[in-house]
Amino acid sequence: MTTATEKSIEKLKTRAAAEDLLDVAYTTADSPFGRLLLAKTGRGLVRVGLPNQDADELLVDLAARVSPRVLEAPAELDEVRRELDLYFAGKLDRFDLPLDWRLSGGFRQRVLRAIDRIPYGQTRTYTEMARRAGNERAVRAAGTACGSNPIPLVVPCHRVLRTGGALGGYGGGLPMKEALLELEGVLDGSGKP
Amino acid sequence: MTALPPFQTVLDEHSAAVMAILQGAVGRDGAEDCFQETFLAALRAYPTLGDASNLRGWLLTIAHRKAIDHHRARGRAPVPVAEVREVAVEDGIPEHDPGLWAAVDGLPPKQRAAVALRYGSDLPHAEIAAALGCSPEAARRSLHEGLKRLRKELA
Repeated sequence: MTTATEKSIEKLKTRAAAEDLLDVAYTTADSPFGRLLLAKTGRGLVRVGLPNQDADELLVDLAARVSPRVLEAPAELDEVRRELDLYFAGKLDRFDLPLDWRLSGGFRQRVLRAIDRIPYGQTRTYTEMARRAGNERAVRAAGTACGSNPIPLVVPCHRVLRTGGALGGYGGGLPMKEALLELEGVLDGSGKP
Repeated sequence: MTALPPFQTVLDEHSAAVMAILQGAVGRDGAEDCFQETFLAALRAYPTLGDASNLRGWLLTIAHRKAIDHHRARGRAPVPVAEVREVAVEDGIPEHDPGLWAAVDGLPPKQRAAVALRYGSDLPHAEIAAALGCSPEAARRSLHEGLKRLRKELA
C-alpha cells in the first residue's frame, strides 16, 4: 500500500469518528497472555477477544450483530488499553470503563452484571451468580453465561468458581484463569484457593 | 444475499484500487481528497447496502461520482504546467505527456473517465462499466468516442 493511501485512510478515520460513523472501533493489544482484541461502540467497551479466539471471526460477528461499520481505530481504545496494562501489572483493582452490554440478553446479561460487581481478589460460585440473576436453580445457565461473556477480564468471569473451590472453566483456557487468580492474590500458585 | 463484512475488510481489500483509479481520474493532488470523500460516502451508506456481492463495483461507482464532483468544483480548469516541452522525451511513458492529459481533461465526463480508467488504471471494460454505472457496451462506446476525439485533437 502506498503512503498516499495510508495517509488518506488515517484522515478518513479521523473524519469518520468526527461524523459519528465509527459504530465499532477496534484494535489489538498485547497482554501477558497474548494478543487481545478490543472493540467499543459509542456506548462503551463491547467485546474483548482473548488470545485463543479468532479475531477475524469476532469482527465478522460484530459486523453482523452490532453494525457493519467496523473500523480499526487504535486511538479510540487508548483508555481501555491503559487500564488493562495497569491491571496486568497489578496496579489497578477496578476498571472504570463504560460497558456496552448489548451482546448479552436476558438472564445472561443479569448474570454478567452480577459478575461485574465481584470485587478484585474475591471469588463467587456459579450458584451465587444464578441466585443474584434471579434464578438460583439455573446454575448451568449461569455457567453458560460466564462462558459466553463477551467482555472477559473487564467483566471478571474468572472470579466465578465451582461450589467447593474447583476452578470450573474459562474461555481463555484454565491456565489463564489460574494466572489471573494468582495475579489477584486468590491463588498462591499451587492451584488451590 | 451476502452478509456485509466489517468495513475494515472492505477498506483493506479495495483501497489500493480506488486510489489508483482516482489518481488516474483526477491526478495525484486531487486523489487524496476524492479518496476520503469516496470512503466516507461508502461508510455512510454501508449499513443499508443490501448486497455485498459486488463491493468493488459499488466503490468504483462512488469514486467515479466523486471524481466528477472534483472536476465540476474546479470548473474544468486546464491543468497548469510550468513548461510544456515541445517533444515529450523523458522516458516515453504516455502518462508523462502533459499535452495528452490536458486533452483528456477536456473530454466530456464519461469519455474522460472511461479513458482514464482504461489507460490510467488499466481496468477491463467490465470494471469500467461498473465504475461508470453503465453497461459494458456503453463503457466501450464512451471509450471509443473519447479516443476518437483525442486522435482528432492531437492529430
